Amino acid sequence: MIDYQDVSAAIQRERGDAVVVTAMTQGQFWKEASDRPELDIPTNNSMGKVSSIGFGIALGAPGRKVIALDGDGSLIMNLGSLISIGGKAPKNFYHVLYDNGMYAITGGQPIAGAGNIDWTGLAMASGYRAAYSFEDTEEMATEMPRILSEPGPVLIHVKVKPVITTNLGVIQTWESNAVMPAQMRSVKAALA
Amino acid sequence: MTTGGLTASAMVEHIAAQGVTHIVTLPDSETNFMYDSMTESGMEVVQISREGEAIAIAAGLWIANQKPAIMIQNSGLFESGDALRGLGIGIDLPLVMFIGYRGYTRHGDTPDSAAQFLEPFLHTWGTPYWIVEKDDELDRIGLAFKKAEETSKPVAVLIGAEYVSV
Repeated sequence: MIDYQDVSAAIQRERGDAVVVTAMTQGQFWKEASDRPELDIPTNNSMGKVSSIGFGIALGAPGRKVIALDGDGSLIMNLGSLISIGGKAPKNFYHVLYDNGMYAITGGQPIAGAGNIDWTGLAMASGYRAAYSFEDTEEMATEMPRILSEPGPVLIHVKVKPVITTNLGVIQTWESNAVMPAQMRSVKAALA
Repeated sequence: MTTGGLTASAMVEHIAAQGVTHIVTLPDSETNFMYDSMTESGMEVVQISREGEAIAIAAGLWIANQKPAIMIQNSGLFESGDALRGLGIGIDLPLVMFIGYRGYTRHGDTPDSAAQFLEPFLHTWGTPYWIVEKDDELDRIGLAFKKAEETSKPVAVLIGAEYVSV
């Protein structure tokens, strides 16, 4: 399994001027790694919707890479988004799925179907152009530059080491809620 | 194509005239008559799998400096409640939501709970709305877009065409 920080570092090295939309725990680690915070949007306030927000940005700004940092607990709330994204197949959309198999910010309860979900199979069957799965840090870090230079939509499934917390979910949501509208307008201005 | 008193081409022309770039939609019984006109209008139709995606995708399109509208059924609006809260009202998103008013009857007596709860739902969220039933009411679409821009909030246009079997 891979540390959250290592996924953030691998993406950060290749992000360029990509818009990065984040959710939940991976967003907490991403903000420590990002060197373009004006292009980042945390969306904890709307759990499950990060894939759809990123999809909308990718459709509307086809010349700009969009990277959505999703979680398995979030994506199963909005699983149909895979099919909607696959239907339009935006070439500039990169969907990174952090799989810890649980709701880590509520104490580590398992998600429905934990361990049984074929994430890359779901993405490919939904119309994604490619899907990759990583459990090894070195392999993930080596492959990330190539994957993020390919046309999308791509799902990058990463099996991560859980970071279990308790009662931080609401605090993170409030933090996200406080900055999300301004961050959206920051990105809007950058894309104008 | 016409349903009740609404003509698809006239309705779509009124929407396109507002500068709408994308229609995020899941076809329903009240708005399906417009589908072909929308696909031929120059606006990009974005099909979704479930209505809860619509406001989130529209928010993304707005961030990308596009002008989206959404078109879903009232039952799907209920499913979209958290997105309306967090991504519509929560980020001050100027968005016009075209809502198929399933179960609508002008006299107000309907057995369909999707209709019974729609207007109370919108009142609860503080979301202004207009009902359109006939082509000569389509100027209300312009009023809705104006209100969304002035308030920077979601507003609704309810498609009140009663279902007519063909």
